[in-house]
Amino acid sequence: MKTVMSKKSVIALYVLPSLILVLILIYIPIVLSGYYGLTDWNGVGKMKFIGLDNYITLIHDKLFWTSTWHSILLGLFSVLSLIGYLIVSLILASKLRGSNLLRKIYIIPMLLSSVAIAQLWVKIYDPNNGMINSILTSLGVEHTPLWLADPKIALYAIFLPIVWQYAGFYIIILYAALINVPEELIEAARIDGANAFQIAYKIKIPLISGVLKVLVILAVVGSLKYFDLIYVMTGGGPGHASEVMASYMYKEAFGKFNFGYGSAIGFGLLVISMAATWLIQKFLKTKSDD
Amino acid sequence: MIKRKALTALTLICLLIGIVLTGCSSEGSSGDGSASGGKIHLKFMHDWPKGSSPAYFNLVNEIIKDFEDKHKNVKIDVEVLNPDQYRDKIKVLGASNELPDVGLTWSNGFAKPFATGGQFTPLNDIIDKDFKDQFVPGTVESYTFDGKSYALPMEMNITYIFYNKEIFKKYHIDVPKTFDELKQAGEVLKKNGVIPATVGSKDGWPASMWFMYLADRIGGPTILTDVINGKVKMTDPAIVKAAQEVQNLVDDGFFVKGNTALSNDEAKGYFLNEKAAMFLTATWELPNFTTSPDTSKAFKEKVGYFKFPLYEGGKGTDINSYVGGPGLGVFVAENSKHKDVAKDFATYLVKEWGKRSVEKAGILPATKVNTDGLKNVHPMYLDVLKDINEASNVTTWFDTQASPNVSELHHDMMTALFGKQVTPEEFAQKQADALAKEAKK
Repeated sequence: MKTVMSKKSVIALYVLPSLILVLILIYIPIVLSGYYGLTDWNGVGKMKFIGLDNYITLIHDKLFWTSTWHSILLGLFSVLSLIGYLIVSLILASKLRGSNLLRKIYIIPMLLSSVAIAQLWVKIYDPNNGMINSILTSLGVEHTPLWLADPKIALYAIFLPIVWQYAGFYIIILYAALINVPEELIEAARIDGANAFQIAYKIKIPLISGVLKVLVILAVVGSLKYFDLIYVMTGGGPGHASEVMASYMYKEAFGKFNFGYGSAIGFGLLVISMAATWLIQKFLKTKSDD
Repeated sequence: MIKRKALTALTLICLLIGIVLTGCSSEGSSGDGSASGGKIHLKFMHDWPKGSSPAYFNLVNEIIKDFEDKHKNVKIDVEVLNPDQYRDKIKVLGASNELPDVGLTWSNGFAKPFATGGQFTPLNDIIDKDFKDQFVPGTVESYTFDGKSYALPMEMNITYIFYNKEIFKKYHIDVPKTFDELKQAGEVLKKNGVIPATVGSKDGWPASMWFMYLADRIGGPTILTDVINGKVKMTDPAIVKAAQEVQNLVDDGFFVKGNTALSNDEAKGYFLNEKAAMFLTATWELPNFTTSPDTSKAFKEKVGYFKFPLYEGGKGTDINSYVGGPGLGVFVAENSKHKDVAKDFATYLVKEWGKRSVEKAGILPATKVNTDGLKNVHPMYLDVLKDINEASNVTTWFDTQASPNVSELHHDMMTALFGKQVTPEEFAQKQADALAKEAKK
């Protein structure tokens, strides 16, 4: 008994350094940004405490909700694309010849920096000299789309490279999970006469459902706070058509010197991300309980 | 046994905290100039990367080297960023009180929070002593708040429509004197498959130049400054009309397709590649059209410029009224550890800049230039310097005069206006609301 108790204190001691780091680097900044959200602050001068004004403005700010909607759309897109990744991984894990090479090819976009990817796709989308429109023109299309310049399609045009960028990451994780499915189970199913589709649907996918759940959460949370490609490719434009929460926060804080309001947006982002995570966990749990 | 474990744990914690703390302290001092090995290190940041502004980059390096040769105990540590990144980084550094000893700032709205927040040091002593009557009128004033001047202006820019003389000649187009002629020129160019004008309206500010000139020509030279000072409302019919005319040009296909996704540099490419015939921009581009080794000689010979045409029936009847203003100025950080050396360097930089910039780099400085002494200068410079002397008015860019908040909104609205996401009325109304809200504060 005595040893257990003292062991706990040792455990506590061991945990302490990382706890301190997490506190300093994550939790304290969260509390601070929540507090900055209560102030009118231009980032340089004195802070003025204004109570809940920023948060009230935030709730009535149409632009914030538009950007939230765009972030949620990105989340939906990312989750849907998981289905595609799953199919690819299933094929790769089925001892296909050359799957090793293919796996490496899929991971390449992961290795490129976001800015490089953004520049690449900006060139591809260029309405006058870009690759896509050049092909379309040569095929005889007269009114080629403006892609990033068209407010109606700019957002979706950015989704594509984002999905492309993270494909390798998800495929690697799914692949690793799939090759860990015990061979005996698949063997047994095959003897019982199950075809490849049945094996995948009835055995492999249920066995990796834990990993899938984690990936759904990763995809949604990652999408909600997504920033880099959007910032480089359109800057949230044209006219906020591709604005997401993080880019809106950045614009308010660094573009307009509104650090108070920017912090309030950041805090809103945190609340929404937490709510989304909680919802997904709840939703997925009830499903598996059935 | 357990005690020893506890001890190891404790040592580990101490070590970790030690690492964290030393990390903090070394970061803190790297921001300021620090003396090491007897040398004074000054940190200097500018936004002229070698790739996009080679003339500026080289001239600044040359001056820095000369300064270091004269002051053997000083080492200037230079950090170069492109303008957009620079803009952001300076704000972040300002927020964490770690500005470089010497750096560049834009005027008016951009400099104000730094100046009034006590981050820049007042430079009135230097201006009175070393630069008496040396600056072009109206430049220092753009960095002056509550009677104190916080930066030494480096540039004076005015805006022209640069055009491709060969394309104009090929289709028998005369330099337009009126807005109608400009539109007709656009029609001719379009018919012949040439993009009439290129503009990077993703960035907002290049698009705004079209709006500002039209506002100047329709509403008179003081209208934009009056809007900032609250004397005229943004919803004034002249402003709405200017916005309407901008959108008419967009509707006519006057601008390059998809310009709301083009940055200024990308848009400039269309002009440099001779795909677009006109490019409204400021004189900071002059080196690219005259001296820069990166543009072909053949192209340089084709570039000309004309003043923004007059608008029939508009109040702005003087073609010598320009939109422009001081670009960057040099500031010295208030919490610099070597303020005197930093001030010396800033003074030296601006003085030498004024002496060498036109001849060596083709840059128009904010200090007065004696054109008689100039040799080997591209004739376009003499024309531009003459224009500046004869200017009846230079309206400082609207987005520069406005606060960062309004300025950002203005950029957004410009992109939206070019992308046809707002009507001219909404365009004016939204900015009027923001200005009114600010006036209340």
